[in-house]
Amino acid sequence: MATQHSRSAARIMMAPAVILLLGWMLVPLIMTLMFSFKQYLPLRGGDLGWVGFDNYVRFVSSSAFWPSVVATLTIVGGVLLITVVFGILLAILLNQPMWGQGIVRILVIAPFFVMPTVSALVWKNMFMDPVNGLFAHLWKFFGAEPIAWLSEASMPSIVMIVSWQWLPFATLILLTAIQSLDSEQLEAAEMDGAPPIKRFAYITLPHLGRAITIVILIQTIFLLAVFAEIFVTTGGAFGTRTLTYLIFQRVLESQNVGLGSAGGVYAIILANIVAIFLMRIVGKNLDA
Amino acid sequence: MGQIKLNQVTKSFGEVQVIPPLDLTIEDGEFTVFVGPSGCGKSTLLRLIAGLEDITSGHIEIDGADATNVPPAKRGLAMVFQSYALYPHMSVRKNIAFPMKMAAVPEDEQNRRIEAAAKALNLTDYLDRKPGQLSGGQRQRVAIGRSIVREPSAFLFDEPLSNLDAALRVGMRLEISELHERLKTTMIYVTHDQVEAMTMADKIVVLRAGFIEQVGSPLELYHSPRNEFVAGFIGSPKMNLIKGPEAEKHGASTIGIRPEHTDVSMSEGMWEGRVGVAEHLGSDTFIHVHDTGLGDMITVRITGDIQVKHGDAIYLTPQLDKLHKFDAQGLRME
Amino acid sequence: MARAVTQQRKTINTALAWGIGLLIFFPILWTILTSFKTEATAIADPPVFLAFDWTLENYSAVMERSNYARFLWNSIIIAGGSTLLGILVAVPAAWSMAFVPSKRTKDILLWMLSTKMLPAVGVLYPIYLIFINLGILDSRIGLVIVLMLMNLPIIVWMLYTYFREIPVEILEAARMDGASLKEEILYVLTPMAIPGIASTVLLNFILAWNEAFWTLNLTAANAAPLTAFIASYSSPEGLFFAKLSAASTMAIAPILILGWFSQKQLVSGLTFGAVK
Repeated sequence: MATQHSRSAARIMMAPAVILLLGWMLVPLIMTLMFSFKQYLPLRGGDLGWVGFDNYVRFVSSSAFWPSVVATLTIVGGVLLITVVFGILLAILLNQPMWGQGIVRILVIAPFFVMPTVSALVWKNMFMDPVNGLFAHLWKFFGAEPIAWLSEASMPSIVMIVSWQWLPFATLILLTAIQSLDSEQLEAAEMDGAPPIKRFAYITLPHLGRAITIVILIQTIFLLAVFAEIFVTTGGAFGTRTLTYLIFQRVLESQNVGLGSAGGVYAIILANIVAIFLMRIVGKNLDA
Repeated sequence: MGQIKLNQVTKSFGEVQVIPPLDLTIEDGEFTVFVGPSGCGKSTLLRLIAGLEDITSGHIEIDGADATNVPPAKRGLAMVFQSYALYPHMSVRKNIAFPMKMAAVPEDEQNRRIEAAAKALNLTDYLDRKPGQLSGGQRQRVAIGRSIVREPSAFLFDEPLSNLDAALRVGMRLEISELHERLKTTMIYVTHDQVEAMTMADKIVVLRAGFIEQVGSPLELYHSPRNEFVAGFIGSPKMNLIKGPEAEKHGASTIGIRPEHTDVSMSEGMWEGRVGVAEHLGSDTFIHVHDTGLGDMITVRITGDIQVKHGDAIYLTPQLDKLHKFDAQGLRME
Repeated sequence: MARAVTQQRKTINTALAWGIGLLIFFPILWTILTSFKTEATAIADPPVFLAFDWTLENYSAVMERSNYARFLWNSIIIAGGSTLLGILVAVPAAWSMAFVPSKRTKDILLWMLSTKMLPAVGVLYPIYLIFINLGILDSRIGLVIVLMLMNLPIIVWMLYTYFREIPVEILEAARMDGASLKEEILYVLTPMAIPGIASTVLLNFILAWNEAFWTLNLTAANAAPLTAFIASYSSPEGLFFAKLSAASTMAIAPILILGWFSQKQLVSGLTFGAVK
C-alpha cells in the first residue's frame, strides 16, 4: 500500500544499510574462501600457493575438530536449556504480587550489563578458584573437598557462567510476554475448571511461544560466538575449545591462516545450518 | 476552486483489480459522499484522489490540471483520517500549525488562522494540550482544524465519525455539514453508514466491488434506486425485496417495497402474516412479519405505537405507487 | 481487578523473589565489596562480608598500573560512535521496511539478521588484513566501523519493530499536510519513535561496550577499550582479588549506572523490541 514515489524512496533509503551489510558479509567471506585454498603462513613465508582442499581435509581430520563442534553445541544447547527453563520460572515468580518488584527486577537484570571479560574473570578467580574462591570456602565449610571447577568440571562451569549472563535477558523477555497475557483468558480457564498447572500448560505456555522463539534466536546468535569467556577462563583447555576458539588458535596463535580459514568456512556452514533451521521457525513466528 | 475529475481510473493490487475503469466528476463546492459496504473500494478511491496510492491507469484532474503523478503534499487537498492521525507529540496548536509550517506560512498569519479555527471549533481552551488529553470528539475537531487552516481546494474525509459514540456522531455530523455551508469548499466523504450519506451529501456515489452503482442526490437514490443493490442499501430499515409469483404479478422479477410504504391492518389486507419481533421506538414501531408466503421476512414501519404480540395475525398492503420493480438483471424497470 | 491476595502469599513471593534476585546479583555485589578490601581480607576464610576496614588502595593501584581514563574514553567513543552511526544508517532502512513493505521485506530483514550469525572468527583474518592495509588497525575509527556493522542488523530490526507500532495514517497525514519525506521522518516519525530509538541506542551501546571479540583482537595500545583493560588482569594479576575487583568495578560501573538511570528504556530495549 504505497505509491511509486514512496517505493523508490524506500529503495534509496534502504540502500546504505543493505550495501554496507552486503560488503561486510561478502568481502571478508570471499577472502576467507580464497585463503582456505592456500598454504598461507604469514610468519613462515607468507603465501605459499594453492593447495586445493588440503586445509579442509586437515582441519576436519584434526583430532580437535569434532570435540570443538560438540563443545560449541553443548554450550549453545546447555545455556539455552538453562536460561529458558529458569527464565520461565523466574518470570512467573516476578509476575506475582510482591513488595519491591522494581528493585528485584534491577537485581535480576544486572548481570546483562557486565562485560563478558569481567564476568569470566570474576567467576574464574573469586568464585571458582580451588584455593581462595568463594565456592572453595563454602565446600570446606561443609567439610567437602574443594573442586577445581575450571579443570575438573570445565564445561558445566562455562555453561554456568554464560547462563548467568543470559538469564536476565530470557527472564525479561518472558516476563514481558507473561504480562501481556490477557488475564480474562486465565479467568475463563479458571471458570472452566482448569487447575493452575493446566492453566499454565494450556494458556500461559502457548502464549509464551513467540517470546521463547525470540529468546532462542537471539541467544543462539550470540552464543555461537562465545569467545571472551573461554579466552579468559580456560584458554580452550579441558574440553572447552569451541569451534570459534579452535579457529582463533589456528589463525592467531599458530598463524596458519589457510587452515584457520578452512575452519572458518566450516564454522560458517555450521552457523548457516543453525540459521536456516532458526529462520524457518522465526520467519513463521514473526508474522504473528 | 476544487473540481475533481476521474478519467478511466483503475487500481490493481497485484493481480486483483479493486477499481475497474471508473469515471467521476466532483463539482467545485459539492459535498460528495462515497458510500458502500466494507471492501467496496470507497476508501481506496479516496486514497487515489489524495495521492496516497498510485492509480494503475487513467487520469486524475484537479481544477483542470493533471494531478495523476503529483505527490500528495502538492495536491492542495486536506484529509481527515478515521483514526484522526493527530501527531501525539505535538500540542493541539502545533498540530494545527503543522501544515502551515510545511507551507512556510508567516508566523503571525499562522497564529491568526489557528485562533480562528480554534474559535470556530470550540478548541480555544485546549490549544496547549496534547492529543492524548482530549476526548474523541475533541480530537476529531483538531483533525478538522488542521485540515481547515491550510485552506485546501478540497477536503477528504475517510470515515471520520466511525470511532465516535452514537450521540457524538450525530453532533459531529451537523458540525461538518455546517462547516461545508460556511466554507463552500468541495468535500469528499467516505462512509459505510447510509444515514450519514443521506443526511450530509449533495451527491452520493454508491459503490460496490469498485463499480459505481449509482450517482445522485440522496432523494433520487431513495425514490428511484437504479438497481436492487442501491434499493437495498439506501434507506433504513432496508427495503423489502420480494421475488417469485408475487413479483410476477407486477410483471417484474423482483419487487421492492419500503417498510414505511406498507399499510398495516389487524383484519384485512393483501398479504397475511404473523408478527415476529416488534421493535418499539416510541415514535415508530418496526414489525418483523413472518409466514407471509413471500419468501423472506417482511419489515414494516408504523408511525406511533401499536399493540401487537408475537404470533398475532397481521395484514399488510403495499402502497402500489411506491412499489419498485426490478428485472432479472436487478435493474430498475420504469 | 484481581482478587485480594493473601498477605501470607505476598510475603512468600517477596521473600522468594528477593532471595533469588540477590543470589543473581551477588557476584556483582561481592566484586564491588571486595574492591574495597585489602588483599588479605579479600581471600580470608571464612569470607568477610561487611565488617572489614574499607580502603581505596586497590583503586589507586589500578590507576597507577594503567591509564584507566584512556580505556574509558576509548570505550565511550567506540560504543557511542558505532551506535550513533548505526542509528543514522538504520533509521531510513527501518522506515522503508516498516512503512513501504514489499514482498521481500521480510526476507531482507531475516537476511540482515543472518549476517549476525556469520562467525566473526571466520572472517577475522581478512578483516585484520583489510585493517592493516587501510592503516586502521588499533584505531578507534576502525572499531567504530566494525561494531557498527556488527550491530546494524539488530538496530534495524529493533527500529523496525518500534516503527511498525506507529500508525501509518499519521505519516500519511503528514504527507497530506505537505511534508516532504525528510520532514515526515524528521518532524513526525522520529519524535514519535523517541522511546523506541532511546531503547535501541541504549541496548546497542551496551552490546558495543561489552563486545569482546573484535575489541580484543583488533586493538593493541592505542584504541583498546575497557574490555582489553580488564583482560590484562587475566593472569597472574587475577589472583590479587581486591585489585581485580577494583578494576572490574571500574569497567562495569559506567554501564551499571547508565542502566540504573534509564531502566524503563532499557527494559524495553532488552527485549529487542520483539515482545510487548
